[in-house]
Amino acid sequence: MMKGLKKWRLFSLLAALTVFLAGCGQEGLSTLLPAGQVGKDQFKLLMLSSGIMLLVILVVVIIYVVAIVRFRRSKLGEDFVPEEVEGSHTLELVWTVIPVLLVLLLAVPTVYYTYKLSDVSAMNEVNEDGESENLVVDVTAKLYWWEFEYPTLGIVTAQELVVPTGEKVYFNLLAADVKHSFWIPAVGGKLDTNVENVNKFYLTFDKASKDLKDGVFYGKCAELCGPSHALMDFKVKSLPRAEFNKWVTAMQATGEEATDVAAAGQGEELFQQSCIACHATSAVGEGGAIGPNLASFGDRNRVAGFMDHTQEKLVEWISDTQKQKPGNLMPSFGEQLSDEEINSIAEYLMGLSVEK
Amino acid sequence: MSSVAQKRGFGATLWDWLTTVDHKKIGILYLLGGGFFFIVGGIEAMIIRLQLLTPNNDLVSAGIFNQIITMHGTTMIFLAAMPILIGFMNAIMPLQIGARDVAFPFLNSLGFWMFFFGGVFLNISWFFGQVPDAGWTSYASLAMASEGHGVDFYAIGLQIAGGGTLLGGINFLVTIINMRAPGMTYMRMPLFTWTTFVASAMILFAFPPLTVGLFLLTFERMFGANFFDPTMGGNTIIWEHIFWIFGHPEVYILILPAFGIFSEIFTIFSRKRLFGYSAMVFATVLIGFLGFMVWAHHMFTVGLGPTANAIFSVATMAIAIPTGVKIFNWLLTIWGGSIKVTTPMLWALAFIPTFVMGGVTGVMLGTAPLDYQLHDTYFVVAHFHYVIVGGTVFGILAGTHLYWPKMFGTMLNETLGKVTFWFFFFGFHLTFLIQHWLGFWGMPRRVFTYMDGQGWNSANVISSVGALLMAIGITVMVYNIIVTSIKNVRVANDPWGDGRTLEWAIESPPLFYNFAQTPLVRGLDTVYIEKMEGNLSGITPAEPVQDIHMPNGSFIPFMLSLGLFIAGFGAMFRTEEPWGMAVLVIGLVWTFAAMAMRSLKDDLGYYVKKEDILKDMKRKGGQK
Repeated sequence: MMKGLKKWRLFSLLAALTVFLAGCGQEGLSTLLPAGQVGKDQFKLLMLSSGIMLLVILVVVIIYVVAIVRFRRSKLGEDFVPEEVEGSHTLELVWTVIPVLLVLLLAVPTVYYTYKLSDVSAMNEVNEDGESENLVVDVTAKLYWWEFEYPTLGIVTAQELVVPTGEKVYFNLLAADVKHSFWIPAVGGKLDTNVENVNKFYLTFDKASKDLKDGVFYGKCAELCGPSHALMDFKVKSLPRAEFNKWVTAMQATGEEATDVAAAGQGEELFQQSCIACHATSAVGEGGAIGPNLASFGDRNRVAGFMDHTQEKLVEWISDTQKQKPGNLMPSFGEQLSDEEINSIAEYLMGLSVEK
Repeated sequence: MSSVAQKRGFGATLWDWLTTVDHKKIGILYLLGGGFFFIVGGIEAMIIRLQLLTPNNDLVSAGIFNQIITMHGTTMIFLAAMPILIGFMNAIMPLQIGARDVAFPFLNSLGFWMFFFGGVFLNISWFFGQVPDAGWTSYASLAMASEGHGVDFYAIGLQIAGGGTLLGGINFLVTIINMRAPGMTYMRMPLFTWTTFVASAMILFAFPPLTVGLFLLTFERMFGANFFDPTMGGNTIIWEHIFWIFGHPEVYILILPAFGIFSEIFTIFSRKRLFGYSAMVFATVLIGFLGFMVWAHHMFTVGLGPTANAIFSVATMAIAIPTGVKIFNWLLTIWGGSIKVTTPMLWALAFIPTFVMGGVTGVMLGTAPLDYQLHDTYFVVAHFHYVIVGGTVFGILAGTHLYWPKMFGTMLNETLGKVTFWFFFFGFHLTFLIQHWLGFWGMPRRVFTYMDGQGWNSANVISSVGALLMAIGITVMVYNIIVTSIKNVRVANDPWGDGRTLEWAIESPPLFYNFAQTPLVRGLDTVYIEKMEGNLSGITPAEPVQDIHMPNGSFIPFMLSLGLFIAGFGAMFRTEEPWGMAVLVIGLVWTFAAMAMRSLKDDLGYYVKKEDILKDMKRKGGQK
């Protein structure tokens, strides 16, 4: 019993320590380590509001503790008859006016940032040649994956958003089936993807993602959307502009027909037979596909948005999608295809890369 | 009906409870019903915390997890917190204003039975294996996509239960306006009566939007309407507005009566009148009013545009001001008092810092641009548990200990009460404090699991351990209730010794007609005033002893609610089962027949004879 107790103490101490050290959370995921102007603005508001609120808590707690210590019956005695006080107009005025001032202190920057963060007026600006000045990404949220279309660049990708650093990236957000919510915690707040209207906002990415723990920012669906809501993650790769341009060129090149059909392996053949109806391997085109675009699959960080990016996991995924991600719309292929066949498809997919 | 307690058979007792229109008995029924659902919701909460104990846990499947969170939220709000509060309103408010019953005893009974059958309807979904799974908010696009009858159970069950609540609200309003004892002016009403009044007014205006929303959802899902389907010209955002126009006032409906209970406790156990009574009343009314002006702060991320978001941000922050006024008035009430830390007082004292913490995170969430980050994360989960548990549930537990002797005539054990408190209080903060950080660290709410390697593991373990402590606390309380009920040591009028309002000047539990003579109220805290002037009974009668008119019991409310319950199944299975349509018709005919019976049958009530009352008074030996 004592031994168990000691262990427990040690454990709780360790737990407390871990929590303390991890106070800011994980870079690339935590809102407390913002990596973009929007997230930083929101962090400023968090600090301001926390400061004001801690002040309020402090005042309340001081009065409260003093009152409890000073006015205990055990101390004052049973016979003590408290004075009947009706109230005090002065005090009421004090604790009305001071909170009003505190609220104003918070309200002014709130209104300012509300307008600032919703400013998408530059979204459709074009230069003299008619090319758009800013990068626009059309995001479509589907059960349970994300499609990212770059309309001005003519390419589409899924599950992994690739963006340039150091500039405003504008987003058009829409849901294809039920409501979802688009959120990259470390970069900025969320905005819902509604089913009936397009929402617009912008984010900036200050930092190239390759230095992060996983080499990506984490993206989340923040609105309950069905059984696999928890698994509707996506990842964000932010690249310096030059590298981003290179990525775009490589993506645009995936549209060229493969000339050497004979060289195609078994995996590719099987893919053409079983998967191509839903999944494109060319990044060129528009959004609206049934399944995620797989043109850059080999470069990705996760399988199905949340599983480790290994061939093994990919095989597990293709074999039994419903077990991995309940309620998703991709059929499980475990019964239609042999293990070997699935393995060869997986091998083919892992090789689809624009970065290598 | 006789005031003399008789030994009666089980059947007669059961019949008495099924047909009662006595506000005290209905209060007890609400407490029992709400308490039962509180335990059910608590078990659901424990499963949630067990599932989230470790990453990638598969204790429950993704689909079942969504059912559990949906039912946890719906049950706790609609079937536990509200009914228990309405139970206290029923049991105590008429006593506080010196009334013999509520204005509409029949409606009161109907309200309870509609809540009961609505709650049962909702929970029967577990036995069908088709459980609501679109969250307690049941946002339209997901609610429409939800397969099976889960969301149908939600829509119909809440419609029935919500109707009951609306009846209750109207009833309390009319009671407080019309049935106050002579001298009980509005500005002499105890704070619990005031908060009941404002909460009832809010029910009156907030529940019709819910009714409309649920009707739209019912017709959308069961009768082929297209209110929300955007491909047919509908709009899902409409549901969000309707739901929150109800939903935000709802949280104030939940918190205001708790504020009232705390106000009573602070005065009783500080032996001091409420500091700034009129400011407290004004703040309560203002909170009730502002509560209708801020619903869109639940929708900052929907994309309503900066102007709407800015307006609702500032309006939301404004609510902090009257709430702050209340906090400081409570602090000044105990300041200079003589504080005795009983179990109810423990809960009340714990409420202040806990609720302040929940309140300030509310202001943070009201800051729209910051809400873009915090919305739908565990920060929100932490926030609303701090206000709903730290405010409403603490209030309910405080009220249970405070009013138990008044309602049942026996005290709960103080030591066990304090054990319950410390387990629950520590468990609560352990569970929810850390969740603020989980939100900061990027953990969305309503997730059935989370991947390893995101830095959330230990925080979730801490949270789950806290939940276990809370469960232990509640278990001790259930034990406490059972043990003290068996011992059944009877108590006098004012077991706490410092009661200041009318309910503490009559028997525990009160006789079925409450007051042998309607009391004359001479000021705020009238019983305290009387006692200070040497009138130890605490009451100056406003009338001679005379015959008292009382309502008859009725079985119609039970039958009427049962009819709606039956019709609900018919509506749900109308198209897929051959008997569906017939059941729908039978249920509705049954309901209308019950209504007709109520309308056509004259029930003039009965009189308690003066001689019987005098006999009671003699036997009790008190109450001149």
